[in-house]
Amino acid sequence: MKTELIYECPDCAYQYHEAQGCEREGYKAGTKWEDIPEDFPCPDCFVREKPDFIAVSKTGEVA
Amino acid sequence: MTSEASVYESEKSDVRTRWGAIKKYWYLVTLIVPAVLIASSWAAWETGYGQWLWALAVVFWVVIPAVDFVFDEDPYNPTEEEEAELVAEGAYYRSILYVATLMQWVGLVAACYVVVQGDFSWFNQLGAILSVGAMHAVGLTMSHELGHKLNDKTQVFFAKLCSAVSGYAHFNIEHNKGHHKDVATPDDPASSRMGENLYKFALRELPGAAKRGWSLEAERLKRQKRSVFSLRNELLQTLLITVASYAAMTYFLGLAALPFLLVTAAYGWFQLTMANYIEHYGLLRQKQENGRYERCQPKHSWNTNFKASNLLTLHLQRHSDHHAHPTRPYQLLRDYAEAPSLPQGYPAMMGLALIPNAWRRVMDHRVVEWAGCDMDKVNIDPDHRAELYAKYHQVPQNLSAETIAA
Repeated sequence: MKTELIYECPDCAYQYHEAQGCEREGYKAGTKWEDIPEDFPCPDCFVREKPDFIAVSKTGEVA
Repeated sequence: MTSEASVYESEKSDVRTRWGAIKKYWYLVTLIVPAVLIASSWAAWETGYGQWLWALAVVFWVVIPAVDFVFDEDPYNPTEEEEAELVAEGAYYRSILYVATLMQWVGLVAACYVVVQGDFSWFNQLGAILSVGAMHAVGLTMSHELGHKLNDKTQVFFAKLCSAVSGYAHFNIEHNKGHHKDVATPDDPASSRMGENLYKFALRELPGAAKRGWSLEAERLKRQKRSVFSLRNELLQTLLITVASYAAMTYFLGLAALPFLLVTAAYGWFQLTMANYIEHYGLLRQKQENGRYERCQPKHSWNTNFKASNLLTLHLQRHSDHHAHPTRPYQLLRDYAEAPSLPQGYPAMMGLALIPNAWRRVMDHRVVEWAGCDMDKVNIDPDHRAELYAKYHQVPQNLSAETIAA
């Protein structure tokens, strides 16, 4: 089974889970990370963008 | 190190630790701001002496700069251990802001009541406007702090309630998603350019920020497939609180309340404009080859580290750390010794900005030194480009051959 990846903001540790999406910014639950636009800013701190995010596994290790 | 010097050092570090321990209680200054307005409005009402209405304006423009002058800079940066403690006590630091938000509303009603129902001279009414404006300035600093904590619903709610006191509905959206993203670039209406005076900046910043706030919120609602005129529009939510409360005050206190509220709100916005003006004057992030701007670094914000104004502004003056880590709570913000620094605290620098020539005399050479005389590295007002290049631009010696070849 493929472990679900989590994408973490390297500044404020906000985590993007594909299963949850980011509803308040208008990205529905289930939105794949690859379908998130490149200029997507971190929805908490807004000073990091999608290319800066780090993929981590559920255990918190850098994938 | 001589023993005398080491005694001095250890004394200094004792002072630092003691200040760090009691600083927690000094943040209550935030509550004193609306309290002064409430008390002085009451005093004016009871005694009939309208001069009381000047009280908070005098505190902001005279007392704070004077206390800064006497008590100087704040040496305290929390250690990592202390940081953990400050995070654990977060509820205390947040509740100060919640209580202060409610007190700001009481302050606004009190001042409005006294001005509208009382019989005070135009001069003392002006004092009331400046005092309420000073409260709005602190209120927007509080709302700024709360509005950054988007992962906490209570803080987001209080941010809206707090911005609504001065009717600055787009502030939280615009500031987080717009200003922080574009700071220290020509694209940012809330970053001032070298040569641009405060008034010209205000005419660019006030409408520019409102427009950007609205379009950012419209984009978000569009992604959610909702109408922009929906109750989910956070800008409209804040605006609604303002409209309803200003209408109620006008209804209950008299028609004269409305112009008073609108003028004080507008002046409150202008105070925020002054803060924006001094925070990034002339500083510029470079564009990289991939078309993205270099990341915002400590060198891209002006800092000042005076004790009293630091407390009053919830460490907003430790601006480099704030821009590096916008979600960091105020009690954790650190001073960066190497970051560019202003010669005085924010209130004094705002006063200076009101006099454009004085501001440029103090600040222009600081920007030039920051850029190492390379004006390509400065965020310049296009109208002053030629003049400022002629006056200051020097191509760095080691690069000149390369530049000529290119």
